[in-house]
Amino acid sequence: MTVQRPTGPRALEPATAALVCVIAWLVPGAGHLWLRRSERGLVFLVALSAMFVLGLTLEGRIFPFELSQPLVALAAAADLGSGALYFGAWALGYGAGTVAAPSYEYGNTFLITAGLLNLLVVIDAFDTAVGRK
Amino acid sequence: MQSHLLLLIVFAALVSAVFAVLQRERPRDQVRLGLLLFAAFVGTALVAGWLMFPFPLGAR
Repeated sequence: MTVQRPTGPRALEPATAALVCVIAWLVPGAGHLWLRRSERGLVFLVALSAMFVLGLTLEGRIFPFELSQPLVALAAAADLGSGALYFGAWALGYGAGTVAAPSYEYGNTFLITAGLLNLLVVIDAFDTAVGRK
Repeated sequence: MQSHLLLLIVFAALVSAVFAVLQRERPRDQVRLGLLLFAAFVGTALVAGWLMFPFPLGAR
């Protein structure tokens, strides 16, 4: 069994690739912007930030990590995928969620999806950084 | 923003854009995949909505 190692001409050092991942997680699209994939980075930045802000506007909830409630903990993990947006909203007191609001579930869907999509973007940034794409 | 249809369309547009840019390299291919995904999202939701139309809204 052979192991394929990155051989792309623009492959970065593992430590730098890891840093790209952290930056990509913290700010959606920032990893691609760093890697000079500007168009991609801007699409991710605009689309994922808009999804997160819309989720808050629709009175969605930023879920806390409650291990006693596994589904809530999973939703929290997904929310955390939005990186700095998650921490910023939490620090500013947004994302309390209004269960009685008609748009509550829509808001949660936008928030959770934004986080999960950003995790896919982080993986794509890593693949680009190590020369696989 | 209370319109379910508008929220569906906004959600489909944003998710389709991200998926298309992730999955395709060339801008032309990205646009094509994005439009296909968007149509699939909205079309599937509308069909599923009409299929559920005869169901009762709740126990009475």
